[in-house]
Amino acid sequence: MAVLGANGSGKSTLVRAMTGLVPMTHGEVCLFGHPLRRFRDWHRIGFVPQRATAAAGVPASVTEVVAAGLLSRRRPLRPMRATDRRAVSDAIATVGLTARRRDGVATLSGGQQQRVLIARALAGEPDLLILDEPTAGVDQQSQESFAAALEAVTQRGATVVLVAHELGPLAHLVGRAVVMRDGQVAYDGAPLPTDDSGHLGPAVHHHHHHHHLGDPAIDYAPVVTSPIDTPSRLAPP
Amino acid sequence: MSILQYDFMIRALVAALFTGLAAPAVGTYLVQRRLALMGDGIGHIAVTGVAVGLLTGTSPTVTAVAVAVLGGMTIELIRQRGHTSADVALALLFYGGIAGGVLITGLAGQGAATLQAYLFGSITTISSADVWVTVVLAVVVVAVALGLSPQLFAVAQDEEFARVSGLHAPAYNIVVSVLAAVTVTVAMRTVGLLLVSALMVVPVATASQLTRSFRSTLLAAMGLGAAAAVGGLVLAALASAEVNVAPGATIVLVSLAGFAMAWPLGLWVRRRQRLVAPFVDPVGPETGDHTVVPESHEHQHGDDCGHPAVPHGDHVDYVHDGHRHAAHGSHYDEH
Repeated sequence: MAVLGANGSGKSTLVRAMTGLVPMTHGEVCLFGHPLRRFRDWHRIGFVPQRATAAAGVPASVTEVVAAGLLSRRRPLRPMRATDRRAVSDAIATVGLTARRRDGVATLSGGQQQRVLIARALAGEPDLLILDEPTAGVDQQSQESFAAALEAVTQRGATVVLVAHELGPLAHLVGRAVVMRDGQVAYDGAPLPTDDSGHLGPAVHHHHHHHHLGDPAIDYAPVVTSPIDTPSRLAPP
Repeated sequence: MSILQYDFMIRALVAALFTGLAAPAVGTYLVQRRLALMGDGIGHIAVTGVAVGLLTGTSPTVTAVAVAVLGGMTIELIRQRGHTSADVALALLFYGGIAGGVLITGLAGQGAATLQAYLFGSITTISSADVWVTVVLAVVVVAVALGLSPQLFAVAQDEEFARVSGLHAPAYNIVVSVLAAVTVTVAMRTVGLLLVSALMVVPVATASQLTRSFRSTLLAAMGLGAAAAVGGLVLAALASAEVNVAPGATIVLVSLAGFAMAWPLGLWVRRRQRLVAPFVDPVGPETGDHTVVPESHEHQHGDDCGHPAVPHGDHVDYVHDGHRHAAHGSHYDEH
């Protein structure tokens, strides 16, 4: 599922509301069928926040940053087990940074740091992967390897929610597109087949598609009911 | 060494050692969150705590701990709720703390001379009860800083991610603030409130010149902090035969000398690493957009090689170290 739209159209706000990072004024978010308030299975979610860098004020190795992705599964004061270590090295291998795993994240390029953040989200083997503009400022080749990594994730049966300006090499992976405009959902449905650049035109039809591309996976996409939704999709009282 | 024959010197050395271990352990998380001056802010607030102790006739250490913990939590709450950036939140409490401290000290009928022992430390007048308090608090601070390090690291590195991982980020931030407040008051007797932040930050800055991982930075900073605290104290003791030297000042200056030595060393090491691997970045698409990939393979890609396979036209590509490629004779083609 791709969330598209111009700057300031509310894409990030929508995704941040889905994850509980911003409170909702109206409506409700359901994750895996549970209201957000009572949601506890955080290990089923992988999140890649919109960030320019993976580095902070102190050096941290790629392995350490990616290992933070396992915290939703680990209890405090328990050491890492062998399976945890393997999950971390697998996630690093998926984004192709195995040779740099001991290096400080601050020494990596912007695109590589973005891949570290993606590996961190993948380490917990989430059923729902939410990415907020992961391809912003990443070159075409990195985007292609990133598309391959996402494809592997969806083949495992996970749902990917992706915020983007434009889809580029990711276009063929999208089964559902949500277009935001001025804080409203302007379109929600299958991606328009004629447009492969990701710039979707004005919404022509508002009805739901669930028969896209014969996708057999279970849909774990969060359900958001709120005034931002299009009027036609609100259930009659 | 002759200075060791004095009991007060042994007490001072023990206090310095434990302060030197605890201060950088907390300081690492503060520097990671780019709140390096947080210790300084709490130190200023603790001045008010000391003054309250002087006014009420209770132990200034106890009131300083209480006020510093409250102050540390207030900084965190202002930052979280007040839509104010952390540095402004710090500045607000900086000035409030020092003004309140001076005012209340005056009300208590004391002058700046009384405050001086707390502002600049008075490690050689430390009592054995004080040493015990210092050791116990320092051990607690180090135990929490190391024991909760995966959680504290994640929250300090990326708070939003930590929250979506289900961690209660505000609670962990408060834990760091409380640890910082306790450390400041513990170090109040060794280096003094005005210099304590140096012992929290400078060893971390020194360590991070030469380290690549968070864990090694944390441990190296603790070692450097302990070395600087003990070394600075011994230096001050040796010099005190000739002139009056404040141990707090020598501890901080020894610490800064460590940074001054590590900085060019770090530059040299990084330069050498670049010379060892001058051109071939062994990973990633950043190697350039060539068709042929200049890398050797230890294996043939296949069904069981572990690399994700992507069908591509008449052949199968493999995702390997961040790029997609296919075997082509003796080399690999980038796709």
